[in-house]
Amino acid sequence: MQNMLTVIANALKGGAKMNGAQTVSEGTRVVVSARSFADLTPQASFDIKRCDLHRLDEGPSVQTVLTREEGLRYYRTMQTMRRMELKADQLYKQKIIRGFCHLYDGQEACAVGIEAGINPTDHLITAYRAHGYTYTRGVSVNKIMAELTGRRGGVAKGKGGSMHMYAKNFYGGNGIVGAQVPLGAGVALACQYQGKKEVCVTLYGDGAANQGQIFESFNMAALWKLPCIFICENNKYGMGTSVERASASTDYYKRGDYIPGLRVDGMDVLGVREATKFAADYCRSGKGPILMELQTYRYHGHSMSDPGVSYRTREEIQEVRSKSDPITMLKDRMISNNMASLEEIKDIDAEIRKEVEAAAQFATSDPEPPMEDLCNHIFHNDAPLEVRGTNPWMRLKSLS
Amino acid sequence: MASLRCFLRSGKNAVSAVLRREFHRTPPAAVQVTVRDALNQAMDEELERDERVFLLGEEVAQYDGAYKVSRGLWKKYGDKRIIDTPITEMGFAGIAVGAAMAGLRPICEFMTFNFSMQAIDQVINSAAKTYYMSAGFQPVPIVFRGPNGASAGVAAQHSQCFAAWYGHCPGLKVVSPWSAEDAKGLLKAAIRDDNPVVVLENELMYGVPFEISEQAQSKDFVIPIGKAKIERQGNHITLVSHSRMVGLCLDAAAVLAKEGIECEVVNMRTIRPLDAEAIETSVMKTNHLITVEGGWPQFGVGAEILARLMEGPAFNYLDAPAVRVTGVDIPMPYAKILEDNSVPQIKDIIFSVKKTLNV
Repeated sequence: MQNMLTVIANALKGGAKMNGAQTVSEGTRVVVSARSFADLTPQASFDIKRCDLHRLDEGPSVQTVLTREEGLRYYRTMQTMRRMELKADQLYKQKIIRGFCHLYDGQEACAVGIEAGINPTDHLITAYRAHGYTYTRGVSVNKIMAELTGRRGGVAKGKGGSMHMYAKNFYGGNGIVGAQVPLGAGVALACQYQGKKEVCVTLYGDGAANQGQIFESFNMAALWKLPCIFICENNKYGMGTSVERASASTDYYKRGDYIPGLRVDGMDVLGVREATKFAADYCRSGKGPILMELQTYRYHGHSMSDPGVSYRTREEIQEVRSKSDPITMLKDRMISNNMASLEEIKDIDAEIRKEVEAAAQFATSDPEPPMEDLCNHIFHNDAPLEVRGTNPWMRLKSLS
Repeated sequence: MASLRCFLRSGKNAVSAVLRREFHRTPPAAVQVTVRDALNQAMDEELERDERVFLLGEEVAQYDGAYKVSRGLWKKYGDKRIIDTPITEMGFAGIAVGAAMAGLRPICEFMTFNFSMQAIDQVINSAAKTYYMSAGFQPVPIVFRGPNGASAGVAAQHSQCFAAWYGHCPGLKVVSPWSAEDAKGLLKAAIRDDNPVVVLENELMYGVPFEISEQAQSKDFVIPIGKAKIERQGNHITLVSHSRMVGLCLDAAAVLAKEGIECEVVNMRTIRPLDAEAIETSVMKTNHLITVEGGWPQFGVGAEILARLMEGPAFNYLDAPAVRVTGVDIPMPYAKILEDNSVPQIKDIIFSVKKTLNV
């Protein structure tokens, strides 16, 4: 009898947590819930902005259905990315992270929406603002942060750093502006060649959009009908240069010329998801490449060495934060449609804070890579190699 | 004539200089200038002197330069002379070369020389070779400048040294300053030169202050391209290097001096044309040679110096094989402990000196 009462009490307590119990006063645990789990809406339909189209008769649907489960998952993912980037900011200022660090906060809806629109078996490649994509492509926060701090537990064993993280079907993390675009077209070629109906999402920014190699990639992708989704993340600034000062045409979704394109609100995770699904279907059907422009915004400067306010105003940044923040927008949608409770969201936030804090702990306490690893990984599947050190008497060993 | 000798170790304590007294002369006013400011002054002075000179590159104008080397220039000279480009190296390097062919004197900045790889065809095939191909008809008076080599924590794609690659090509001049005086004099010389000159700066040196002589403060101060400088005299062994490594050589020399080993430190200043004569003269005095560079060993700057030595008069003066101290033959790792051990340290130089001298 005693046990059963405990079980029921625990169940009620647990249920209250899930159901978003309204507390009578701060700090008291109320077991009786004001709302029950059954009261929350399991799914709802949402309107999304119509996309601007280029060489397309119709675009993605302007309505989409979001389930509670999906919504919470997107929320959790975006919030984790946000907190991870803010933690990286902190660690950089403490000089625990060094070198280059390009933060993604503000752009979360792009990475999460894209991942929601493709399969894990599809492929993705991006440039150096890559921490978010590394996460959505399946690398844990622990391994990302430990890579930023240059420790052996990092996803690249500490040897790559911020811009050089890789995972299955995720080709980084690339430091040279624009170079990842031909690479992505090449991955798409491999997809076509291997006949598995997979697509490659190839990302680049507004700064990279003027690179010649991108147009070379467009040409070959269109000529050979490669299943490549080119995505331009337009966050309005290429380092310190606004789009107007860098591009003769800022209609990035049209810059593929003969490649159909669409311009999407990159701050709306649902809009990004629908557009990505549309694009992926297009490519998978064998019609060739397609181009998506995501209009988005980064809160941080270009990198941690850029305060980000010499070429744009604080008012502009604040305006985006208050009116178009992707995480806030999703949260508001879910709450106002009764798909989640404030309590629940707060709990998720608290969990994520703890998770990111623990990851930071790991990243700062994990040891640096061992010196034996210095020369490893030069060649693949090769015999051990002797590598010259800083002087001719220093003969180091390299294993594949 | 008063001579001023400055011993400077990476901008730390300046060892006192001794002047020969002239009764009617006051000691020259020496001034502390960072490498960054020296480069800035050089460009400012040359922009003022010759209106055909202009600067183009990423973030050089309104951002004041990614590393603030061009700070204040856009404000002073405006859009026509200081041009922000899109992130399109192949394109703007080509545009710069074309402008040089048509009578202007561009300074083309690469945010780092790693990005010059995107444009290297324009540097080599369009700039370096054209005067030869046209049998002296079409000169290309252009300067390509920017930071080269390893920085701190910027990982493999942003840490390569291009001295050997550019130094390989006829038709190009390649300079690699160390001190603020080097930076100012060589950049001014490069801008005034009627040929394509690659100026390999170093990001880690930008913030380092050096004393520069009164002579170097003059608006007409240039350092001749192709001439090395003896930074420190010594009798036991010659250390030859360029850029940041010169500072490390001087630091190593200071440590070795305490043990009675006197190193002669040669600052190459120019990679191409290489001042082989200065190196040979030094080796014929000291009988021992070590080259020190940040770049990779294979086919590197040190490799060329050692080859020249074999082929020249100084070979017979060597009492031990000449040796190279270089970066480790791997892509640059990110983790600090690995990165620190991927480039020459003072202890590597000291070790190599002692091995060579057999002490």
